Amino acid sequence: MMTTTESGPASAPEPVFSEPWHAQVFAVTVHLNETGCFDWPEWAARFSKTLARNGLNKELDGGDDYFLAWLETLEKFMAETGRVPPDQAHAVKAAWEQAYLTTPHGAPVHLPADQSSISSTSA
Amino acid sequence: MVVFGIGGWTGRAAASQTADMPHDHHDHDHAHALLPPDPALRVKALETVLTRKGLIDPAALEEIIDTYQNRIGPRNGARVVAMAWADPEFHRQLLEDATPVVADLGFFGRQGEHIVAVENTEDVHNMVVCTLCSCYPWPLLGIPPGWYKSDAYRARAVREPRKVLADFGVTLPKETSVRVWDSTAEMRYLVIPRRPEGTDGWSVDDLAALVTRDSMIGTGLAKLPTTPEAPAA
Repeated sequence: MMTTTESGPASAPEPVFSEPWHAQVFAVTVHLNETGCFDWPEWAARFSKTLARNGLNKELDGGDDYFLAWLETLEKFMAETGRVPPDQAHAVKAAWEQAYLTTPHGAPVHLPADQSSISSTSA
Repeated sequence: MVVFGIGGWTGRAAASQTADMPHDHHDHDHAHALLPPDPALRVKALETVLTRKGLIDPAALEEIIDTYQNRIGPRNGARVVAMAWADPEFHRQLLEDATPVVADLGFFGRQGEHIVAVENTEDVHNMVVCTLCSCYPWPLLGIPPGWYKSDAYRARAVREPRKVLADFGVTLPKETSVRVWDSTAEMRYLVIPRRPEGTDGWSVDDLAALVTRDSMIGTGLAKLPTTPEAPAA
């Protein structure tokens, strides 16, 4: 269902990104485009395919599911072009999880600086 | 539900290696009980690997987020519409080829897209959709609202535009035809809504205040003046 909220420049705006990771994945993609990793029509073609595929199973509401499709597209794109192989992505994600779980509350969360420690953490 | 503040851990320049707490209003000395959501960690992983390979610069990510969150929005498009209403020569140039005209105002497509202005008249009402994904004139309107990206809007805008307009509270005379423009990665559309009656002599600033985001997508109309007297130009 669509909302009918009228929200112009003068009214209280909706948040541009409802979750910080939406903003982050958007920015990574725009930045990669601007540094010449890919052109925008190529991105749009890949993203359209993901949306079409995901929309077969359920009606996408344009919120979280939209950015999940965006993230899925970027992960596949980076994997297929060898820039971020899935095993590297999984290892670093596991290292971040570990870092969050072991960092005392109130302290900034750091990844181990050493690449090898990431591998051992995720093993 | 874990709530993350904008400008929190995901938005920092050092995000690839360091992250602030997602819930730093507490300062108890215990480990994190709550992880960021899974997709947030997937994004962090991509960002970390790409940063280590020198393919992205965390400071540039911060700049992009700041730009789209704080500096680009429908007020840009509203200014363009108001200028078109107020200045016949600008109006002519905008409809002829909008891309260089809006670029002169500092609103250029970072993705190299062309901007096309389509004008509503008594006879034609224009409405914009992207049926394939969510192409949108970012430099003029910012990031699209959720409904623009939804399957419902993307499917129905072409199939039953009048019903969609009715959902938005817009009813057009039967004689007015509805033209739906399907955006692409290369071509983005800006609707020039009809100028409300009773605004003769208004300044660009005052006119721009009447131009809503939805009126520039074609799912709304410009606001009507709230007072019978025009404000001083």
